[in-house]
Amino acid sequence: MNASGLPPFLRMEGVSKHYGGVTALDGVNFACSPASIHAVLGENGAGKSTLIKIIAGAVQPDQGKLLVSEREMKFASPIDAAHEGIACIFQELSLMPDLSIADNICITNPPGRFGIIDGAAQCRRAGQLLQRVGCADLHPLERVKNLPLSRRQMVEIAKALGRNPKLLILDEATSALTAADVEKVYAILRQLRDEGLAILYISHRMHEIKALADTCSVFRNGRHIETFAQGSRSDEEIVRLMIGRELKLIYPAKPQRDAQAKAALEVRGLSWQERLADISLSVGQGEIVGLGGLDGQGQRELLLALYGVLSGVQGCTKIDGVAVEIGGPAQAKALKLGMALIPEDRKTEGLMLPMSIRDNLTIAALSKLTRHGIVDRAREARYVEEAIRSLRIKVDNLDNPVASLSGGNQQKVVIGKWLMTGARIVLLNDPTRGIDVGTKQEIYQLLRKLADAGTAILFYSTDYDELIGMCDRVMILYDGRVARELAAEAINEHNIIAASLNLPEGKRVTAIEAAA
Amino acid sequence: MKARDARLRLAQNTGPLLALGVFVAMFGLFLYEHPRQISVNVLTTASNKAVVLALVAMAQTVPVLTRGLDLSVGSVMTMATCISSVLVNGSPGHIAFGVVVVLLAGLAAGAVNGAIVVIGRIQPIIATLATGAVYFGIALLLRPSPGGDVSEGLSNALTYATFGIPTTFLLLVGVLVFLWLPFRRSIVGRGCYAAGSAEGAAYMSGVAVGRSKIVAYMFAGLLSALAGLLLSLVALSGEASAPQGGAYTLNSIAAVVVGGSSLFGGSGGMVGSVIGAFVLRTIGDLLFVFDAPPLWQPLFEGVILLGAVSLGASRVLRIKNRLELFT
Repeated sequence: MNASGLPPFLRMEGVSKHYGGVTALDGVNFACSPASIHAVLGENGAGKSTLIKIIAGAVQPDQGKLLVSEREMKFASPIDAAHEGIACIFQELSLMPDLSIADNICITNPPGRFGIIDGAAQCRRAGQLLQRVGCADLHPLERVKNLPLSRRQMVEIAKALGRNPKLLILDEATSALTAADVEKVYAILRQLRDEGLAILYISHRMHEIKALADTCSVFRNGRHIETFAQGSRSDEEIVRLMIGRELKLIYPAKPQRDAQAKAALEVRGLSWQERLADISLSVGQGEIVGLGGLDGQGQRELLLALYGVLSGVQGCTKIDGVAVEIGGPAQAKALKLGMALIPEDRKTEGLMLPMSIRDNLTIAALSKLTRHGIVDRAREARYVEEAIRSLRIKVDNLDNPVASLSGGNQQKVVIGKWLMTGARIVLLNDPTRGIDVGTKQEIYQLLRKLADAGTAILFYSTDYDELIGMCDRVMILYDGRVARELAAEAINEHNIIAASLNLPEGKRVTAIEAAA
Repeated sequence: MKARDARLRLAQNTGPLLALGVFVAMFGLFLYEHPRQISVNVLTTASNKAVVLALVAMAQTVPVLTRGLDLSVGSVMTMATCISSVLVNGSPGHIAFGVVVVLLAGLAAGAVNGAIVVIGRIQPIIATLATGAVYFGIALLLRPSPGGDVSEGLSNALTYATFGIPTTFLLLVGVLVFLWLPFRRSIVGRGCYAAGSAEGAAYMSGVAVGRSKIVAYMFAGLLSALAGLLLSLVALSGEASAPQGGAYTLNSIAAVVVGGSSLFGGSGGMVGSVIGAFVLRTIGDLLFVFDAPPLWQPLFEGVILLGAVSLGASRVLRIKNRLELFT
């Protein structure tokens, strides 16, 4: 299958890769052509990451051949792949936070002579690249650690473009972008394709693939299942190829709710610094309330404020009708109703990566598992087994480090750890980011089940499909304020976008206008 | 744009600037309280003492930038002192040969450290603890008891003043300008910062992380040896003293921190460490001019050091998001 009619830039023949006893890739034949955007689809663990790592030179295949422009290659490291014009933008950002934007953009091939870098030239080059990705407002000397996530991702894209790649790989590279940035990235990618670049695009977002891709390849269980022209298969068919079974409804049914359930969490006039202004909301028992809006409008800060992580927060918080002061996660956890926050970044805030799966699962609920301060091993084993079973976490050995699990299973461990505390108020910060369809659906089912059992859920998502599908009510934040509250039938794409842009009610906007 | 550039650079160098402020205040007080007239001699003595520590602190800086640590800097310095007390004497040709051997020995010691850390994948703290003992052992074999002979001519040339400025201070500035500044702007130097900031990201960006780290330890070895050479020129002899080597190692880490470099790697630099070393040295001098009872000195030094380090940590008080405390 070849959309552009040109010979492939990169070809793989019979490539296999094993990690211990696990087969990550199994005899894969794959090719991607210049002047084409090629989407790669598959659940987590389907082999996409391994495929990309092999192409990028980060891991070496056990068997098979890798050909670039029909020449056989052996990449010993990412440097070799970079020499062949292969640039990667990874899901886990590959920026160095302490270095400046310019340093990061030019890290692979800085301008200069005799090994000495020309700082001024570097700054100019970075400035041009930032301009090209529409981020001319960023100063090249700013440190990357001072940028919000969405800006960092744009810097990452500028960095990849700076290498003048022939093959550009984007692995979930748009997952943290704001809608406006996504549209810019689309435009850049289309332009690059027209200039003859081969682009590999990995995404879990169907509408992105529809908007961008020329060709799609589906992977499943380490095998290349099928490659087809974009548009020649329906969503249903693609989903079936990906998971090999029929998916029924993606979202669990919303139950009919009484008008006024008792509020588990109630906030009045919450403000913090310049980031949150006079936010009032309530979450009833058994209710799923969504937080929406463009990225960086204070959603993350709101969740952190509720959880007691921020200091100097003004306003009144009531739990189960009683005013409380929450001074930190330990206190939030110990409340009568018990509060839990599933954080945005599971690798730094959610998990202790080198510790075992068992220790990660029990860390928040340890006080329930101890007798006289000593962990009761039998009780711990019962709780852990229950969590593994109810969340269907795929585990060989509980003593393995949690880092050895796939992304979706790691996220399940984060959720499992908080369920174990018996929390009745659950705050979630974009819990399905970078997670495969199957696991997403399991998480949706689980959240609805928790709500049906009376848990109050406050759920921030960057994916408005999720807000529409999951939430009983949705609060859209704009510039640290609640721009609009949507309920029942009013939760639809149009209203969410309009409110995210803080447009007055009733004015019609199309998705395209909204993104531009 | 220019003003914004300047503001950014200022904001990114608050650590060293703060340390500089502390040093200027302390040294001003020292000069003000000093019983004798301020002369070039007073400055030269102060400089000779401070520059040795400054060089060791500069040596420590590079591994720290890569998120490593070099516990052998004091031992390499001691080894260099002892080699110097054996070789750096006699005819000018012999002296030059001795100086080259001393510096090469430091470079080799650093290369061994780097190789063990990078190729052997042993944690820097334990690798350099072990090699440090080895280097001290070599020093002890070379110079079982204090003594030896160091060229007085070279000593006179380096430990007095040139045009009214202490020569050792000029040497220090020379090292900063001709070694550190180019290194900072080199690809290898950038690699050191990148490795310390996010090693995985640096590797995936195609940075030669291993090479950068090995060079970092070699740089540390070279500067430690230079410090040792200077120490032998000041003392005109060599001594394999374990307490002295250990004190230099620990003070070098303190100087790096006072100078605003992060022990987590990725940010900071040698200029800060030099200022940090000066701050540490001035503490002792201050206690001297204020006639502090000798028994109390270590306690005072500790308290002042704690205060100096806390200044750098004062940003923590302004943080409103407690999560940022952990990053």
